[in-house]
Amino acid sequence: MFSEWKFTAKDIAEKPDLFMSGHRACAGCAPATVLRLIMKALRGPTITTFATGCMEVVSTIYPYTSWKIPYIHTAFENVAANASGIEAALKILKKKGRIPQEHVDVIAFAGDGGTYDIGIQALSGAVERGHDFLYVLYDNEAYMNTGIQRSGGTPHGASTTTSPAGTVIPGKLENKKPIADIMVAHDMPYAATAAPYYWRDLITKARKGIEVNGPAFLHVFAPCPRGWRSDISKSIEISRLAVETCIFPLWEAINGEYQLSAPSKVIALRPERKKSVREYLQLQGRFRHLFTSKFEKVIDEIQRTTDGRWQRLLKKCNIA
Amino acid sequence: MAIVKQKMLALNGDEAVAYAAKQSDVDVVAAYPITPQTIIVERFSEYVANGEVDTEFVCVESEHSALTACLTAAATGARAFTATASAGLALMHEILYVTSGCRAPVVMAVVNRALSAPINIHCDHSDSMVERDCGWIQIYVENSQEAYDSIIQAFKIAENPELLLPIMVGLDGFTLSHTLENVQTLPDDLVKKFVGTRQFTLVTNHEGKTVPFKLDPKTPVTIGPLDLYDYYFEHKRQQEEAMRIAPKIIRQVHEEYAKISGRRYGDGLIDPYYLEDAETAIVCVGSTSGTVKTIVDELRSKGMKVGLLRLRTFRPLPVKEITKALENVKAVAVMDRSLSFGGHGGAVFHEIRHVLYDAPKHPYVVNYIYGLGGRETHPNLIHKIYRDLQRILETQRIQKPVQFIGLRE
Ligand SMILES: Cc1ncc(C[n+]2csc(CCOP(=O)(O)OP(=O)(O)O)c2C)c(N)n1
Ligand code: SF4
Ligand SMILES: [Mg+2]
Repeated sequence: MFSEWKFTAKDIAEKPDLFMSGHRACAGCAPATVLRLIMKALRGPTITTFATGCMEVVSTIYPYTSWKIPYIHTAFENVAANASGIEAALKILKKKGRIPQEHVDVIAFAGDGGTYDIGIQALSGAVERGHDFLYVLYDNEAYMNTGIQRSGGTPHGASTTTSPAGTVIPGKLENKKPIADIMVAHDMPYAATAAPYYWRDLITKARKGIEVNGPAFLHVFAPCPRGWRSDISKSIEISRLAVETCIFPLWEAINGEYQLSAPSKVIALRPERKKSVREYLQLQGRFRHLFTSKFEKVIDEIQRTTDGRWQRLLKKCNIA
Repeated sequence: MAIVKQKMLALNGDEAVAYAAKQSDVDVVAAYPITPQTIIVERFSEYVANGEVDTEFVCVESEHSALTACLTAAATGARAFTATASAGLALMHEILYVTSGCRAPVVMAVVNRALSAPINIHCDHSDSMVERDCGWIQIYVENSQEAYDSIIQAFKIAENPELLLPIMVGLDGFTLSHTLENVQTLPDDLVKKFVGTRQFTLVTNHEGKTVPFKLDPKTPVTIGPLDLYDYYFEHKRQQEEAMRIAPKIIRQVHEEYAKISGRRYGDGLIDPYYLEDAETAIVCVGSTSGTVKTIVDELRSKGMKVGLLRLRTFRPLPVKEITKALENVKAVAVMDRSLSFGGHGGAVFHEIRHVLYDAPKHPYVVNYIYGLGGRETHPNLIHKIYRDLQRILETQRIQKPVQFIGLRE
């Protein structure tokens, strides 16, 4: 199913960038780092397509572009349909001999808004139809491009501009939708989670998603210092803490079979390494209000939800 | 080239469209069913199932995705086709603009149907008239033969490297879509040759290189960027420039096609009927023109100087042609099968009266809203309209510039 592609840090450093610097992302933007890393996983000719959102906006302000590979953006809610059309065209044009016979990979990118919410229909349809493409969700947990509004991917307790922490409401009341599990439930050949601190794991999974025949889904945790009210130097560290607290465990599901990835497996085997969600929450201004006596119980709720989800994941992975 | 021998098939309008798409060597079809367009998708699925076409059929989960997939398929270099109606077209609304803005030459059949609410599956032109500003060429056909001919022509027009404009071909729901007609069809190889393979416009990419305008890993381009106040306006102007040269290309393709098929629809833009010496005339689009022609014949046999202007191409609006065709007519009635609520008349009326304002002699121009939700257009109504026009000439007065016809008052 997968090639034996091995790489060293040097290989990655030396591989020419395909997502170029000069884009307008904020300092400390993890989504931009994620794009750059994923471009290092390419195996050959590739076409990419984007949903409307921060990464689309910062990378292609006319007449500039950060993209060294063919790129198309059409709208917010339809990136999986973009990929469907590209893939269908490549298939038939190749069959008719109108384009070279080499394989061309297709990668779609969307934020959490473009995936959990407005884009889920097109995504679900494209995966059900079995198009051969990699879908990357860069999850910065809110609609950042339009000014930090809540999405189905915004976590419980986070303050956003449409779920503001007020005097009576402690930020977002609902839990984060388990989007990757929803994708696994589509019986797709490959789905995985990743975080940029574990860059090797991220690149490996992106490569698997590219190589797999049929649809692949990669859910990448991507801190946004602007929206999370976090220090611009802490984005990668926050992505590590999300894994270490089991708020965002790393796993992959190959043909529906879940297995933990190394960074989370270590915690499964040595539960004492599991950190408290407080360590993660306290680095982010979007959770600041939770550290007051009035709303402190929300932290306990977040801990309980995190633990419950982690236990269920362990069961799915046949651990514990 | 001589007119070729053709095969007569009994097809309804939807089947004629599907057959034309099949013969046009379409690479990608992405579509979603909706009455009265469904037969197109079904027939095409059968062609695919029986290996009769070399086409990727993407059976999408919505019209929004249907048009999106056609757009990106076209951007990747494919010939792309879809079909829809009513709510389906409304759901595509956002992507209609994106398709024309990305200069993706998608061809779409719109089987005209009323918009909800209340829900109604029958014909009127509300669905496509409301999309007249979205940067698509719009052609409205009179019968299934013309639907067949127009779909074939549409690919050649849309994909012209000078144009790159998407096209919708409107055919009246049920009246055409579900009614059997004898349709003359061209041989497969001839249609394939007529439409040809896609040629690509050359553009300058971000690296200053001249490259074909398509998503090709050998020559990367970025399509659909963020385009702000410093360039957006020029890009919109470019779309309008393409619309300006579209009439020439529509006419050329129509003429080239006429040479092999022997069929002409006016000059491809407008289809005048007994207008040379007409004193009164009706202007309309779509299948109603068939009924009007019958009445014109009848009235002409009684010596009355009546005529018809069928607008075949509504976008771009053939301003010069309309002016010329109507300049000597004294009173004009525009029939609209859609309504612009709170406006002064329907979409076709707006255009015709507006164009004639600049004509050397202003004829009287009045508007009739008819046939909404599939209401029958009885010949009596057409008779009444010609009588009304006659009365305007006699009294030299317009009593009602805009009125409804064929409904309970
Ligand atoms: C149909 C539609 N609705 C709303 C918008 C406005 N809009 C643009 S981007 C965006 C949010 C994007 O959020 P997300 O997908 O999470 O990406 P991010 O900007 O956070 O990277 C919204 C609401 C739009 N462009 N199109
Ligand atoms: S707002 Fe957040 S996601 Fe958007 S560019 Fe800035 S840091 Fe990146
Ligand atoms: Mg987001």
